[in-house]
Amino acid sequence: MRRSVLFMPGNNAGMLLNADFLGADGIILDLEDAVSPAEKDAARILVRNAIRSLDYCNSEVIVRVNSLDTPYWKADLAAIVPLRPAMLLTPKINSAADVLAFDEAIAAVEQASGIPVGAVRLMPLIETALGLENAYAVASACKRVAAVLLGAEDLTADLNCKRTKGGNEIFYARGRIVSACRAAGVDCYDTPFTDVNDAEGIVADAAFARSLGFSGKAAISPRHVTAINEAFSPTEAEIRHAVEVLETIREAKAAGKGVVSLHGKMIDAPVVARAERVIADAKQLGVL
Amino acid sequence: MEIHHMALAGTLESNDAMIEVSPAEEGVTVEIESIVYRQFADMIEQAVRGVLQELGVKRCTVRVNDHGALDCVIRARTETAALRAAEEKA
Repeated sequence: MRRSVLFMPGNNAGMLLNADFLGADGIILDLEDAVSPAEKDAARILVRNAIRSLDYCNSEVIVRVNSLDTPYWKADLAAIVPLRPAMLLTPKINSAADVLAFDEAIAAVEQASGIPVGAVRLMPLIETALGLENAYAVASACKRVAAVLLGAEDLTADLNCKRTKGGNEIFYARGRIVSACRAAGVDCYDTPFTDVNDAEGIVADAAFARSLGFSGKAAISPRHVTAINEAFSPTEAEIRHAVEVLETIREAKAAGKGVVSLHGKMIDAPVVARAERVIADAKQLGVL
Repeated sequence: MEIHHMALAGTLESNDAMIEVSPAEEGVTVEIESIVYRQFADMIEQAVRGVLQELGVKRCTVRVNDHGALDCVIRARTETAALRAAEEKA
């Protein structure tokens, strides 16, 4: 279960060393914004060696490569894809064509490296108005896409609006991303909460993101990981209710009843589906 | 691979190393300064020489200022510094 994905600067040796011990379900080793142009070569080689040598067993490894409009992305793929990270986070995706450009280039490296084509999944980063309007096309562009991440900092700059802690300006974007991803059958991740020192703010922001239907949330600080993991884990009450729903349905079926209710509320197909999802998540987290 | 000029890679932060590669008349010389010199100097030198051999560098001087870097970090910084030092300047 991937609830939190934590950004780690790709040229910081100490952080790469500790990345697996910060509680995040996924770590994003960043070759893009966290690395200055003069250090792109150093970060690429350091991240390559770290993935090759360190045993990242607690967190899924995701690498953010550079965007298609830079001279760096092809070298990033050549260095990183052969090591078969779980996923590549591809920035500034504006269209399905951008996804397919990455897909084709990744497939070529996979073939040359003798790994199955499609083994490295994609998480397109939507952070422009054009990308947002093409969200469903991006999310469903090819089988390699496993998830989409919303990047609100660049998006709000592109929308010509101020990024605020309340996030009213990204309400449409959040809903649009969730809807597009659910329609395409892929996971969706909310933008990071950028005030590293606001412990209450991250709890509220993560809870809001979950209420909208996101699968999880990105973080730029290890301090936010616990709050995100908690927000995107089923609560004890949710698990108890889900167990009751499924037991009630089982008993009703055995008794040949067509319509069933629990605590005065009808149990219909969506309620059962939600309960099954809660149980599956709880089992995956080892709490059931 | 020929080393044309001096180049640096890495940082002086914990778990990292600053590595300087510069041209030499003959052979490979490795000078090491490390907070764990007594325990790991041999392994650091082995890592540096291993990378240079893979890159085909036969003549250079390498200065390592190590702050507790793992083998994979020493190797990465050496490779970066050597590749930078081998670049022809415009």
